[in-house]
Amino acid sequence: MFELLGISPQVLFGQLLLGLINGSFYALLSLGLAVIFGLLNIINFSHGAQYMMGAFVAWMLLTYTGINYWWALALVPIIVGAFGVGIERLMISKLYHLDHLYGLLLTFGLALIIQGVFRNEYGVSGLPYSIPAELSGGQNLGFMFLPNYRAWVIFASAIVCFCTWFAIERTRLGAYLRAATENPTLVGAFGINVPRMITLTYGFGVALAAFAGVLAAPIYSVNPNMGADLIIVVFAVVVIGGMGSILGAILTGFGLGIVEGLTRVFYPEASAVVIFVIMAIVLLFKPAGLFGRAAS
Amino acid sequence: MKLRTLALASLAALLMAGSAMAQTSVKIGVLNDRSGIYADLSGEGSVIAARMAVEDFDAAAKGINVEIVSADHQNKPDIASNIARQWYDQDGVDAIFDVPTSSAALAVAEISRDKNKIFMDSGAGSADLTGKSCSPNTVHWTYDTWALAHGTGSALVKEGFKKWFFLTADYAFGQALEKDTSAVVVENGGEVVGAVRHPFPGTDFSSYLLQAQASGADVIGLANAGGDTVNAIKQAAEFGITQAGQKLAALLIFITDVHALGLETAQGLVLTESFYWDMNDQTRAWSKRFAEQNGGNMPTMVHAGVYASVLHYLKAVEATGGKDTTAVMAKMKEMPTDDPLFGKGEIRADGRHIHDMYLFQVKSPEESKGPWDYYKLLATIPAKDAFRPLADGGCDLVK
Amino acid sequence: MSLETPAQSQAEALPVGTPRLHLIIFAVLLVLLLIAPFVLYPVFLMKVLCFALFASALNLLLGFGGLLSFGHAAFFGSASYITAYAAKDWGLSPELAILLGTAAAAVLGLGIGALAIRRQGIYFAMVTLAFAQMVFFFAVKAPFTGGEDGIQAVPRGHLFGFIDLSSDLTLYFVVLVIAFGGLLGIYRIIHSPFGQVLKAIRDNEPRLISLGYKVQRYKLAVFVMSATLAGLAGATKALVFQLASLTDVYWTMSGEVVLMTLLGGMGTVFGPLVGAAALVTMENYFAGLGAWVTVLQGVIFVASVLLFREGIVGVIARLTKKSL
Repeated sequence: MFELLGISPQVLFGQLLLGLINGSFYALLSLGLAVIFGLLNIINFSHGAQYMMGAFVAWMLLTYTGINYWWALALVPIIVGAFGVGIERLMISKLYHLDHLYGLLLTFGLALIIQGVFRNEYGVSGLPYSIPAELSGGQNLGFMFLPNYRAWVIFASAIVCFCTWFAIERTRLGAYLRAATENPTLVGAFGINVPRMITLTYGFGVALAAFAGVLAAPIYSVNPNMGADLIIVVFAVVVIGGMGSILGAILTGFGLGIVEGLTRVFYPEASAVVIFVIMAIVLLFKPAGLFGRAAS
Repeated sequence: MKLRTLALASLAALLMAGSAMAQTSVKIGVLNDRSGIYADLSGEGSVIAARMAVEDFDAAAKGINVEIVSADHQNKPDIASNIARQWYDQDGVDAIFDVPTSSAALAVAEISRDKNKIFMDSGAGSADLTGKSCSPNTVHWTYDTWALAHGTGSALVKEGFKKWFFLTADYAFGQALEKDTSAVVVENGGEVVGAVRHPFPGTDFSSYLLQAQASGADVIGLANAGGDTVNAIKQAAEFGITQAGQKLAALLIFITDVHALGLETAQGLVLTESFYWDMNDQTRAWSKRFAEQNGGNMPTMVHAGVYASVLHYLKAVEATGGKDTTAVMAKMKEMPTDDPLFGKGEIRADGRHIHDMYLFQVKSPEESKGPWDYYKLLATIPAKDAFRPLADGGCDLVK
Repeated sequence: MSLETPAQSQAEALPVGTPRLHLIIFAVLLVLLLIAPFVLYPVFLMKVLCFALFASALNLLLGFGGLLSFGHAAFFGSASYITAYAAKDWGLSPELAILLGTAAAAVLGLGIGALAIRRQGIYFAMVTLAFAQMVFFFAVKAPFTGGEDGIQAVPRGHLFGFIDLSSDLTLYFVVLVIAFGGLLGIYRIIHSPFGQVLKAIRDNEPRLISLGYKVQRYKLAVFVMSATLAGLAGATKALVFQLASLTDVYWTMSGEVVLMTLLGGMGTVFGPLVGAAALVTMENYFAGLGAWVTVLQGVIFVASVLLFREGIVGVIARLTKKSL
């Protein structure tokens, strides 16, 4: 077998696949941010906290009511999404007439509150959440051992990303949504309840974060800080992708996951910064981002 | 003239009576993490342990009035040094206990030296506290990185697990842990086949674990802490690393982490600690009392260390009849230590408390007979071998 | 749309007598600060001063330049590290160490600023945040920063070789001079022609471009100034606490200083001071509450955004109809 820079193809393929798994989380989270940004024009800083809530609510359902992983996968996004709807109605909706930066500050404050409350309640050691029995074990792919659960993560996130893209870009509802992004007043004049659409969109974006949280619960430690550092990486992903398109958010998410995976093989020490370095380069040559429309 | 003599005599009598009753007031501060990643292994539990020490010592009956204050340093050295300064300067605190997180502990050690107060650490791991950063005002009670590295490293190599691969958190603490353990492994005839440095803090360890797996090592040493260790263990279970025959050795892990992981995931893990609740009748009795006050959670070795160090401090205060820092420190080092949790021991010139350490293996769910029944004892590391030899630490106090 | 700053409506024409009012406030403040260390704990006061300077530096960029940086911890922290290292390992005197730290922050500000100003609004905030995170990772990794432990036991040394700074009280007056000097400098910048152009850019950038101003240069200039002053605050802090640590470069620090500015009042002269004092006091006295401090910070954030976006000083300014 040939070797590339002293790395055997086995290891290389393995790492590519792992990168894709991480990319699944980046894609889901940046997609949620992109959907929210598209219509509300705010950066949802509490996205990481809502992702964490997703994992926690899944844990609570299992621990207090015995509801298993599969039901959690369906229920948690609805529960946390409803929470998001409440937040939007009570707080965020009061800010639409102001500069977008206030939305960022508000959601930053919310993130602090949510994380703080969970820390007080559950400590930070992390809580156990097992991989569902149906997905335990794994496949030997020859070049690596792929746990079934990881394969499921890629599959599930790809499906959800595709459905979201399809709904927004290819359906009538999505058309209203895109139209409302461009000109809310006009769309409102056609008899469409724009404020409600905005509320539901925020709820949907939050639900995506919560869905990612449930996916993450069995493999990452369920703890109150799990979203705090991740969200900053996702911000960088979003800057690189640009906010212009839904597809852009998805592709950049997966792509950067792979790039990060490769860095882990060739130069592991840099894997934490590689995304930020790419961001700096993209800013230099294409300030609007890879898929972004001209400066917003 | 006569009147004055009388007055002097009665004054002297008053003073004598005073010292006989020995009304000493001491104020001790428990400074630790009450909200962050070490809140469960130190936090409020350490305050409970300190309070139990005061009760068990029966301080009030011995004329020592003890007040306990506590604060959260959030694992940040700046906040820790700020609180320590304020406690010493303004609030009249005489001694600070616990202080997990090496950076915070080193900061508090500096302040304690400056202000000439006593610092008895239980929660932090840095062996520098009694090494190159040692101070006449510091006692380091429970464990340190050297002890953990040597306990786990030498015991495993002697059992025949010779080839090691390290998964190291890429910062000072992780590197020190890796360096110390590598040295022991090689010294005992083992071999280090590779190491990978992961960013700190990390969430996804799968790619490093695969590299570890590919290396063909017998043991994967986790030179990291807290959430990183927990995540790495969780993912190692997922990738079937332990089932495939490789051993996981967590170089710094506490029973609360094992509790969080669950036995299903943590089983088979090898680790070194200085205290486990289920060792003998004394530890069981004490731990049961502790758990009753701590929401049913068993004590960690850090809690035990706080209890034992407060107890020893109070004994020294009683013996010297006052709280003068220099006198109390001298007394603490001169007097052998003896408590129900660590047994007999001593405090060395460099401030290191010496006691046995234990190598444990985490039980499988089948072996465990109930909640908190987590460890089985693999080996006892006798006190004389458990800690870094006095001469090797580079401490100025040892000359 | 733009940030609600009380100065906005008054930017064109300051009410007559405003400079005198400000002079009086500055004088009263100075007198209070001269008395304070004899009443309150000097180390606590020094912390307030450092953060007041830090928040004012951010306010220069946010309140007057209209640019929200979510990565100012990068400048604060790296200056703190450089100063600590210079004072400890090179044995530099305190004034040189502080100077070196501040200069490092300025250079870093130039680099990050040049890239960051290519984007606006929310993007600008995210880009600064991402760069700050890079600086954080560098601080974790670089050998000279001491990783987790930070640089500890930094000697306070002798100012100009003969003023012993080991006494808290002596150091307090040095910090007072630095912080007060910094604040006056910021005040001067705001009220210079440069400051006027800056406010005009904040309020209507396209207009200024059409008038022929090189807007990017102004933005970069104010970014570098803000970074430098944030660095000065961080450098001073390193000497006060005799330590530089990862806390100083972490993104929560960036968030905290934004909160100070927001709470006190963006775009006001005295707001950041009030905000910094309020938050430092809160952290100090509620330290025992643990994670509830974070929750409380969050609540203040949310309340500030929803209920009083003008901040404490902004509200006072509106009620008294004075520019503060």
